[in-house]
Amino acid sequence: MNAKKGDWVRIHKVILTSDERAPQVPDDTKQVPFEMWDKGFLLDDFASVGDEVNVETIIGRTLSGKMIEINPQFNHGWGKCIPEILHIGRQVKGILNGIQ
Amino acid sequence: MGYNEVMARKSAIMKSSIQIDYSQFESGSIAFDYEGMMEKVGYSLDEIKEIQRSTGVGDTPVYELKNLTELCRKTAPAGKGARIFLKDEAANPSGSFKARRAAISVYHAKKLGYKGVIAATSGNYGAAVASQAAMLGLKCIIVQECYDSMWKGQPEIIEKARKCEAYGAEVVQLSVGPELFYNFLQLLEETGYFNASLYTPFGIAGVETLGSELSEQMRQKVGRDPDVVVVTTAGGGNVTGTARGLIKSGAEGTTIVGASVDLKGLHMASDKQFNKKSFTTGHTGFGIPFATNPDRSDVPRSAGRPLRYMDRYVTVRQGEVFYMTETLAQIEGLERGPAGNVSLAAAFSISREMDEDQIIVVQETEYTGAGKHIQPQLSFARENGIELRFGDPAEEVPGKSIILPEHPSMIKAVDLDLDKIRQSYIRNCMAKLDIAEEVSEKDIQYMAEETKVSKLEVEKIIQSLRGRE
Repeated sequence: MNAKKGDWVRIHKVILTSDERAPQVPDDTKQVPFEMWDKGFLLDDFASVGDEVNVETIIGRTLSGKMIEINPQFNHGWGKCIPEILHIGRQVKGILNGIQ
Repeated sequence: MGYNEVMARKSAIMKSSIQIDYSQFESGSIAFDYEGMMEKVGYSLDEIKEIQRSTGVGDTPVYELKNLTELCRKTAPAGKGARIFLKDEAANPSGSFKARRAAISVYHAKKLGYKGVIAATSGNYGAAVASQAAMLGLKCIIVQECYDSMWKGQPEIIEKARKCEAYGAEVVQLSVGPELFYNFLQLLEETGYFNASLYTPFGIAGVETLGSELSEQMRQKVGRDPDVVVVTTAGGGNVTGTARGLIKSGAEGTTIVGASVDLKGLHMASDKQFNKKSFTTGHTGFGIPFATNPDRSDVPRSAGRPLRYMDRYVTVRQGEVFYMTETLAQIEGLERGPAGNVSLAAAFSISREMDEDQIIVVQETEYTGAGKHIQPQLSFARENGIELRFGDPAEEVPGKSIILPEHPSMIKAVDLDLDKIRQSYIRNCMAKLDIAEEVSEKDIQYMAEETKVSKLEVEKIIQSLRGRE
């Protein structure tokens, strides 16, 4: 996947390696680096996913990091059907109507 | 730039990014002049109303939840079940009461000539600051704790990132850990923007209108102040501001109940446990530490001091809040976000203890949407191996299970021992002194105000702490 100057991309960066982490973090957290994700317009002429790049963020800050996504999108949604939820309304309406 | 290097410059960075000289309120010992700080640095209630009205914040409606009250009475002893009212804070421009805090912070930043604002928050406050910054023409950066080390994020937090971006903000997303503060300081230093902290005097003063509106609205609707107001508590600002607003309006007889979701046993800075919880705020992981030591935030002295105002502090379980969220939609026709319904679940239980002619108010709601809704949040929990079933909510184990109550009569707010929390608070204060005997009369007076007990009570607690040493 390739991007050209001006494309909207997501970058990733390790801010602190696991050795550099704050002393108070719990052990499981200490084993992993402290990471950052941000988005911006590509400032380099050309880049492939995985390259170190420079971007200008939406408010105009310049920062660098590894390009991991081009035209990053939101994937959060409504999740899978949770059938249990369907019973709640029926139950409380039943109670109000004197059935339960 | 290294972690220690940046942290060492903390107070200098804080000072230039917020321009409050906190030292003027310090006694050099435990005590500090809280009211002096609120008065000198904050705004008056009338000024706040005006600032908020200029961006459409506040004046949210209050609804009587008649069907929910009826449901509650069906599960209560005869004659019990107070009338439940709800203040629909989701009606604020950014969809939560946080707009009240953000309105004052961003206004203040602009007044001081800052070009932009930065806030560290994974909660609704981010969207609130971004929305206000958009209205006032300032740039905005929101710093979120968002992902675990597998780049997996809570759908609720990702939705909040989307909303911040929708208002034109830059969202810096971070992995789990307290080093967020290090990154936050670096950003403040790099940009020279204003620290739109949740815990400044003006941020907290912004919530006072919520309390004063409540009092005015209830006097209009039922001719008197509410008997009980239930407030979700995390960092303590919601309780503090609401209670102060109520008091300023003369509603001094109203009982203030704090409510948090019980997340006992989960470590808030744990990478592995980060996605095992279904609430990212309004929980005990913030509520208790911030009550026992409010000065742990991103400002030297927090203006949110919940122990000063709470008459009672209860917990509810995740499954109970989800159940009530669905119930609110199904019988009241109000689809709102789960995190804003913590106090609703608590109120449903507390109402049952009260007489039918009494009034209990739930003081907030929040917006809902993709990711930030009972269905995606429970779906995410199930995907993460959390057991989800109907049963007795008391059996819920945070991080392992979510138990939806088998019947609404099983929804039960559990009282936390406020005296124990007060003891912890006083122990934390005393730890700041090199020699315990140096505690002054002024310090004792201050701790009494901070914990809402008498000086004698504080002295007794100090004695008992010494006995344990």
